[in-house]
Amino acid sequence: MIVFDRPKSLIDVPFHYCPGCTHGIVHRLVAEAIDELGIEGKTVGIAPVGCSVMAYDYFNCDMIEAAHGRAPAVATGVKRSDPDNLIVFTYQGDGDLASIGTAETVHAAARNENITVIFINNAIYGMTGGQMAPTSLPGQVTQTSPYGRDVNLCGYPVKICEMLSELEGPEYLERVTVNSVKNVYNAKRAIKKAFQNQIDGKGFSLIEVISSCPTNWGMTPKEALKWIDDKMIPYYPLGVYKDRSAGILGGAQKEAK
Amino acid sequence: MKGNEAIAEAAIQAGCRHYFGYPITPQTEIAAYMAKRMPKIGGTFLQAESEIAAINMVYGVSSAGKRVMTSSSSPGISLKSEGLSYLAGSDLPALVVNAQRGGPGLGGIQPSQSDYFQATRGGGHGDYHMIVLAPSSVQEMADLTIKGFELADQYRMTAMVLADGTIGQMMEPVSFDFEIKEQIAKPWATTGTKMARKHNVVNSLYLNPEQLEKTNFERYERYEVIKQNETLCEEYLCDDADIIIAAFGIAARVSKNAVNEARANGIKAGLIRPITLWPFPEKVFAKHAEHAKQIISVELSMGQMIEDVRLATSCKVPVTLCCRVGGMIPTPDQVYNAIVEANEKGGK
Amino acid sequence: MTKEYLFAGFGGQGLLFSGKVLAYKGLIENKNVSWLPSYGPEMRGGTANCSVILSDDPVGAPIVLTPDVLVAMNNPSLDKYENAVRSGGVILVDSSLIERKVNRDDVSVYYVPATKLASDEGAPTLANMILMGKLLTVLGDYNEETVNKALEKCISARHADMKELNRKMMEIGKNYTE
Repeated sequence: MIVFDRPKSLIDVPFHYCPGCTHGIVHRLVAEAIDELGIEGKTVGIAPVGCSVMAYDYFNCDMIEAAHGRAPAVATGVKRSDPDNLIVFTYQGDGDLASIGTAETVHAAARNENITVIFINNAIYGMTGGQMAPTSLPGQVTQTSPYGRDVNLCGYPVKICEMLSELEGPEYLERVTVNSVKNVYNAKRAIKKAFQNQIDGKGFSLIEVISSCPTNWGMTPKEALKWIDDKMIPYYPLGVYKDRSAGILGGAQKEAK
Repeated sequence: MKGNEAIAEAAIQAGCRHYFGYPITPQTEIAAYMAKRMPKIGGTFLQAESEIAAINMVYGVSSAGKRVMTSSSSPGISLKSEGLSYLAGSDLPALVVNAQRGGPGLGGIQPSQSDYFQATRGGGHGDYHMIVLAPSSVQEMADLTIKGFELADQYRMTAMVLADGTIGQMMEPVSFDFEIKEQIAKPWATTGTKMARKHNVVNSLYLNPEQLEKTNFERYERYEVIKQNETLCEEYLCDDADIIIAAFGIAARVSKNAVNEARANGIKAGLIRPITLWPFPEKVFAKHAEHAKQIISVELSMGQMIEDVRLATSCKVPVTLCCRVGGMIPTPDQVYNAIVEANEKGGK
Repeated sequence: MTKEYLFAGFGGQGLLFSGKVLAYKGLIENKNVSWLPSYGPEMRGGTANCSVILSDDPVGAPIVLTPDVLVAMNNPSLDKYENAVRSGGVILVDSSLIERKVNRDDVSVYYVPATKLASDEGAPTLANMILMGKLLTVLGDYNEETVNKALEKCISARHADMKELNRKMMEIGKNYTE
């Protein structure tokens, strides 16, 4: 008999996330991956600053709360404290990973640090109430871009997977989303692979999950999922940006090959 | 052996196997020493992308329960201050070395003691302290590094070795004949649950103010114990002294020469050398304030420790400043002249 | 007894190394010692000096301001420190690089064309050791055994072949007379 149940690696408490937020789905996918790989007892998770700041209340494995943007550096320390026995993942939003913590992200990738990074890109700062994120789309209205993101004033969004794919360091970079059943299954596959890579000692794996923020986007959950299809994915195409073991290289490396 | 190398070797002997740093003069010898030694003893040396990353790598290793350190010099310590606050908030042990140089801003690369406030008041945001150890010889660079690791583990907080460019660069004989105590268990560490215990969480976030207040109160109770048990200082010729010098680190060495010269010339001079700057040796100062005519605080700053001297002596005795700054060092003659002047016309 | 030494010149002349050899020699002879370099942003060139103190008592301030012994290897160093030397002290001058004479008459002065002598031996960068040989000789402090041990300490195994050359240069200094 197959029972649909809560993954063991998730603690049985209600999430604090808003209705329709996709954090819950991604938490679950991470927990399922941990369960299926049987690694809960050796996993240490690093929570960011942002909406998922209290992820340590949800995951059953050991958890560390990091300073804003510094999760990849903290993860580097944890992993190197016991590289053979620990599985380390960070769970970060776009402000944390792609703005204040860009340096930590890029250098952990460049070092091919053997960690797993789950990157939630919902194009907005959720926790502080809907400000412009480094990944907010051109023209996107937020609290701090009330007339729409003006690229002449504040530049263009940062495309993390594309950017990191230019580095020789990282092992695996994939962008997924969770706005449909099919996409959730695909995201699950990618997240599990990102953990498997770490178990296999392959190195830095980052999964960018295009996510929704109905509250701060000012939409219903259903509208938000559609907005992902209509606006986000055209700007942030889904797919594998790098998978060294499978011979998929990024940008300049591909051309050089 | 150079002072900076003595710190690095002592750290290794104390069982530290993880070092993260970013190059900055005048402490880079520590990183260079670690880069050479760590790979040979199964340890980790990693040059981080920034001081901020380095202190957060320290945060990670410390969370996982292992001895870990970083080192820097003044501008780099400002960058690390964010991490110092988080280490305090999460009650994590760590050893941080500051080989001070002149500031503010980029300042210079010559020795200074102008980070006294930053170190003794904590450095980053929030209510917290670090244990601050001030070596004045190469031997003490080693001794206090080992002591720093032990105190950090015992009290779950950062210990800072507050050195300066001079002690870091100078060579003196140093003995590594230490008895290293066994490291204490860290049941709170995030080492993986091994499915055998409830998950550990390392965290400094408390959105409930009552709970946050409680953690602050508890931390400060611990600080009281440290004040009682861990305060260290050297008293040199103080018992009958009319003029007492207060100085730490390199300033104390210069001052000792001046005190000796004063004694040779019939002036009753003495020296109080705080070895822990936090906790500050308040009782020793209070004791000698009863008989001293004047205290002279000799510093490589515009007068920072002098405030603690005044607090500790409750202004019972005049406290004056004798200083050089910006990378300059007071000479024994300068200090001697200050003693003579105080002896002639100063005092209560 | 305390003796304070100041070695001063350009970066790259090996003055820090000279100081190190002297400090190790002192250490081997059971003295209290300190060695303190000036440090600047330049890796080569620029001014470099180092303070060495050898004493029967614990060393206080490690910075030498009034040396008993000055070894000067360029003009600016002699200009800067000549008057700081204690009365009755010793000044050693590399006369290949410093043309002028010392103006003091209350100190013993020795002129050694060290850089020229070293160049004649094909080792111009070891002028420092010629001066060191001369210095220890005029101080009556040239102890073969402790000098050799100090060189042993200061020259890494990778450069072991340099040990003999350094020793030879010190011999040249020892035997040099004006």
